Amino acid sequence: MDEITFDNNWEQLGKYPIQTEHDIVKVRQLVRHYAKEARMGIVEQTRVTTAVSELFRNMYNYAGGGEVLIERGVVESKRALIVTCLDEGPGIEDLELAMKDGYTSGMGMGYGLPGTKRLVDRFEIQTKVGKGTTVRIMKWR
Amino acid sequence: MDLALHEKKIPIIKIHDFLIVSIQVDMHDKLAIQLQAQILEEIEKTGAKGVLIDISVLEMVDSFIGRMLSGMASMASIMDAAVVIVGMQPAVAITLVELGLEMPGVDTALNMEKGIEMLQERLDSEFI
Repeated sequence: MDEITFDNNWEQLGKYPIQTEHDIVKVRQLVRHYAKEARMGIVEQTRVTTAVSELFRNMYNYAGGGEVLIERGVVESKRALIVTCLDEGPGIEDLELAMKDGYTSGMGMGYGLPGTKRLVDRFEIQTKVGKGTTVRIMKWR
Repeated sequence: MDLALHEKKIPIIKIHDFLIVSIQVDMHDKLAIQLQAQILEEIEKTGAKGVLIDISVLEMVDSFIGRMLSGMASMASIMDAAVVIVGMQPAVAITLVELGLEMPGVDTALNMEKGIEMLQERLDSEFI
């Protein structure tokens, strides 16, 4: 798995904690705001908002919360909205399994990662058992 | 925080045999669970035969809210009430399918009027 790196040329739009259910709602509304501001269409806005909602809930449920970094920048000459979710939770033991479709079904105890991945243009994940997980998604516009 | 939860309690209106719920806020998880319980209690109390849930204002339905809605449909059906989800925005429908979320047992209608017709037809056919 590639190391998730940061680009200093990206413009940081905000850094927010996810500690409560209200934070999930608040920050996903902020992401929609930035998607709208980037003039994404309504379907794109909905996709990216839903994707981050899934990721925020994962942090809240499995990692006891975390931090969200919202940025905008140019990636491969495409303008992108970039959302990075960082947590210091238990990490994901079997990432390959967690990324497999169908793992989410059943009791809804999965991470919902494959579905989330389908909603965005780029999906990066880095996880270390006992250390935490970082998930970054990008949406072009 | 508790105060905020109470402030946002979602009203349930009873008209004839149906309950009408219009979700007007971006729900956090506890509010969604609370609504689920509230609706089931109301079905028990009123003997309603159908529940219409208007989500036309909802800008997104993620897996949690989706599961809440389909869970509610199956619970309501055990209590002999049908649930119809009304007014889902096209962007929400597209996203739900791409997310891979199936909502078994959930009936949908384009708007409240069609939803009421749907429930009424179902109710009428039960008496034939």
